[in-house]
Amino acid sequence: MGTWTWFHKLSSPPHCYRIAGQLIPWFAIPAALLIVAGIYGGLVRAPADYQQGDAFRIIYVHAPAAWLSLMCYTVMAVAAAVGLVWRIKLAHALAAATAPIGASFALLCLATGSIWGKPMWGTWWTWDARLTSQLILLFLYLGYQALRSAYDDIGKADRASAVLAIVGVVNVPIIHFSVNWWNSLHQGSTVLRRGGPAMPASMLVPLILCFFGFTFLYAALACVRVRAEVLRRERNAHWLQDLAGRRGRTESAT
Amino acid sequence: MSAFFAMGGYAGYVWSSYGLAAAILIWNIWSALAAHQVARAAAQRALARSASTGPSAS
Repeated sequence: MGTWTWFHKLSSPPHCYRIAGQLIPWFAIPAALLIVAGIYGGLVRAPADYQQGDAFRIIYVHAPAAWLSLMCYTVMAVAAAVGLVWRIKLAHALAAATAPIGASFALLCLATGSIWGKPMWGTWWTWDARLTSQLILLFLYLGYQALRSAYDDIGKADRASAVLAIVGVVNVPIIHFSVNWWNSLHQGSTVLRRGGPAMPASMLVPLILCFFGFTFLYAALACVRVRAEVLRRERNAHWLQDLAGRRGRTESAT
Repeated sequence: MSAFFAMGGYAGYVWSSYGLAAAILIWNIWSALAAHQVARAAAQRALARSASTGPSAS
């Protein structure tokens, strides 16, 4: 029963707005520390790869970006489904908040992958299963955003874009397993593979720090964006008056 | 130190990747904060409007 009370409180806009605001430093500070430590480890402490030399260091931004682009899409699709089935506005707000973050990391993944591919494979781009399915992921994000912006009514935008998000989620396992299912130019998994990670600790630890750092960064960004989405959905609610009363008085005078 | 920046001959590839990563991280932080500011300003405008036209149904 206690869980339900807590859940109800959280799903009410003022509580969600307040709690999301309080959570930001708890995610943002670890994110900053983990990313700085991970990048330092990856660029300075890790030895050069015996095959790829120093070019392998691109992995410390490429792989966490790939992970976030997939994680964000999954969060977006699950949140959209929850919003659609149980008509929870906050779930739609989370889906809408997650999309631009995921899109930006899908783009970063593709760009850094292309830059890495040039010296290793001799080409910036190839229509390979992994690369093509990741490009489709970026297009799904862009389609989701375009569909949302086509509606003036935020409720209609939530419902229509939720369907697209849910249908597109089939692409997530395709991306993940593409290197196993098809004969791909892209190398296989480095960390999550049978027989353990294919890296010594000096290379692996910075990568894990970056994975966690990027994930914490997502959480901090999602908190900020969820607050914005909650405000957009609750323009005339009474609790906004308290908020405006506390911080808006001086601003509205100008 | 110059060996570090040379990245074993891959300087252009490595540093452009990290530059893009930095740009994406900064864009994410900036745009999230901007989205919150815009939503907050819009909410305040809507409140000011409803205050001047009397209490609404909500």
